[in-house]
Amino acid sequence: MAEPIKAFDEMGEPQAARAAYGEIARWLAATPMEQLERKRQEAELLFRRIGVTFAVYGEGGDPERLIPFDIIPRILAWQEWEHLSRGLTQRVRALNMFLADVYGPGEILKAGRIPAALILQNEAYRPEMRGITPPGGIYVHIAGIDVVRTGAAQFHVLEDNCRTPSGVSYMLEGREAMLRLFPGLCAAHRIAPVSHYPSDLLETLMSVAPSACRGLPRVVLLTPGAFNSAYYEHCFLADEMGVEVVEGQDLFVEDRVVYMRTTAGPQRVDVIYRRIDDDYLDPAVFRADSMLGVRGLMEAYRAGNVALANAPGGGIADDKAVYPYVPEMVRFYLGEEPILANVPTYLCERPDDCTYVLEHLHELVVKLTKGSGGYGMLVGPHSTAEQRAEFAARIKAHPADYIAQPTLALSTVPTFTGSGTAPRHVDLRPFVLSGAETRIVPGGLTRVALREGSLVVNSSQGGGTKDTWVLAPDAPC
Amino acid sequence: MLSRTADSLYWLGRYMERAGNTARALQVALREAGMGGGRPAQGESWRTLLLTSGDIGLLQGFGAAADAAQIIQHLVMDRANPSSIQSCIEASRQNARQVRTALTVDMWEAVNDTWGQMRRMENAMPSADDLPGFLDWVKRQTILFNGAYDDTMLREEAWRFVGLGTMLERADNTARVLHAHARALSIAEAGTAEDYLHWQAILRNFTALRAYQWVYHGRIEPRRIAELLILRAELPRSMIACHARIEAVLDEIAAAHGGRRGECHRRAGEAHARLRFGRVEDIFTQGLEAFLNEMMARNIDLGGQIAEFYLHN
Repeated sequence: MAEPIKAFDEMGEPQAARAAYGEIARWLAATPMEQLERKRQEAELLFRRIGVTFAVYGEGGDPERLIPFDIIPRILAWQEWEHLSRGLTQRVRALNMFLADVYGPGEILKAGRIPAALILQNEAYRPEMRGITPPGGIYVHIAGIDVVRTGAAQFHVLEDNCRTPSGVSYMLEGREAMLRLFPGLCAAHRIAPVSHYPSDLLETLMSVAPSACRGLPRVVLLTPGAFNSAYYEHCFLADEMGVEVVEGQDLFVEDRVVYMRTTAGPQRVDVIYRRIDDDYLDPAVFRADSMLGVRGLMEAYRAGNVALANAPGGGIADDKAVYPYVPEMVRFYLGEEPILANVPTYLCERPDDCTYVLEHLHELVVKLTKGSGGYGMLVGPHSTAEQRAEFAARIKAHPADYIAQPTLALSTVPTFTGSGTAPRHVDLRPFVLSGAETRIVPGGLTRVALREGSLVVNSSQGGGTKDTWVLAPDAPC
Repeated sequence: MLSRTADSLYWLGRYMERAGNTARALQVALREAGMGGGRPAQGESWRTLLLTSGDIGLLQGFGAAADAAQIIQHLVMDRANPSSIQSCIEASRQNARQVRTALTVDMWEAVNDTWGQMRRMENAMPSADDLPGFLDWVKRQTILFNGAYDDTMLREEAWRFVGLGTMLERADNTARVLHAHARALSIAEAGTAEDYLHWQAILRNFTALRAYQWVYHGRIEPRRIAELLILRAELPRSMIACHARIEAVLDEIAAAHGGRRGECHRRAGEAHARLRFGRVEDIFTQGLEAFLNEMMARNIDLGGQIAEFYLHN
């Protein structure tokens, strides 16, 4: 059933590699497979030793898994990156303005550019955020925007992540691994550095400290704890920034001020980079049974005594049903045409779209609007008749829960398979930081679907990662 | 204790420390090389590395055309270079053998295993791709040695002389690395992206990148780098941390000998005081390079005085 999808290969034919990949093509041709295999093992050992694992509990097997790291880098030319970077900046600005609007005056809804019901009745909309203005009007301080490529100049945004996007530690550790494993290959390129990301992040966080904060703002990273799948990343980022990793129990609120419990007594906290979901932030406001959050946190936030990054309620901006309207947001708030295109999306709650989706299941990708991590997904061309029948029934029962998109031929990049190299589909998650200014370190996390023909890059579905090299402007290419 | 025994213990400490420092510096330089193919500063960073290793005569011997492979070979395997990793490990073991009975088993094994594995390489340079792993191994072995001596030795004279050598070598290394990068640290304005990478690299020499963040919670600034590495006692590789330990160890040795003191004690105290009461603003007023020149001269001088009073009398 799985017919191969003709995809754009970023390297191109081995004999006629695209300019940015010239050196890589030569290197691949000259390096014996056994050596690549040895390097792959070394990389694995390295990641194990550093402890870059993601935790999967309750599924049996090794609870601390490695996300496979592919040793062949993915390369973007500077012009390609510049285009992306402009598009990302524009998009994240619009998303932030959208959030300020829907928790404030609601202009875009009044103007009828987005159906009000879609926003106001959405589970991801947090009425608790109405009337709160975060410092600088910024809600999404850290955005992970998933971008796919279908041609030499065709980039599409597949998904916005405005809540607690993860993966940046893989970007940073992946680069360190490459510098260690292949010093020569790295030196033959002029790779734009990414190692300043933690400084950028810290400055972004400090720049949104409450205006009442005096002196150097105290920033902490709030983690759900060591059992969270991204716990390594929490520790890594906190350590790189030189801030404390705290759990809910380390914080308390008194007189609407947040403190952390330390050996030197309570210490005031100004900015919380929280890596726990809205639902668990504050049992007094959100889920009452949450043991992970801090009682009274939202009151302190409302009083302007603490900054939360990202702001609660950002989920309404990255909801899959809201996604089709992002280009409209760009036009509405910025008066510009979107630089990065969306993927055409059918909302099953619209009767016409629903009919179309049901008739074309075999060629569409169907996603749960509330799903993430590649769960609850149907990839039409790779599906069986049975699976399609099952999805058709589910869509008919709960149309609002589903969206569908054409199956995109995600670009491919040569990937080491153990017996050689072969093209595998990739996406890209750059991280956009918004504070007093917007910053994006060149590159991002490239995720790769390691199974032949697979289009699902999520690590929970057998995806791996690659280092992403943006070649600096004066590179010979 | 025999002066000769003290001498061997002291140099055992110095050479093991030096092997680790050379490995760290090389790791940083390799990473730099990987970061910026064809950057104009490329050749410069290899020259800086040679400067760090101390022997300016050798640097001139190489001439301007010194290429990376030549410099790496010189710092890893070259027996003619007393600071190459191979030479340091050789010298450590020789010194350890001289005083075999003064060492604990764990110490001896740390030194001897390192030497044995090095010898099995038969002077063959690790391939470019294997080099980072090799340097990591050297660093690990020196950390193992440091743990072994500090964890297992009686708190007596032998332990003190190993520590004395380790600390003086470390103080000197910090001064020399900073000196080699003094120009990059004397930039007054905000600095370019390139400068920022360079500053990060300087901190990496001391595995102090994260320590910097923990101490300063902010963007890397050259003055703070200098302050951290010269004046902040909480950083174990800072000059002041090393000199504090040197003074304390010399005092302990003197106390154990009924208070017998010499010129080395006075000079150790003077060097430490210079750092204890120093201010980073004053260092930059004097000129970072001039200050470091002074401290490097003090280190050489102090080494000479220690040798004269305890080791070669």
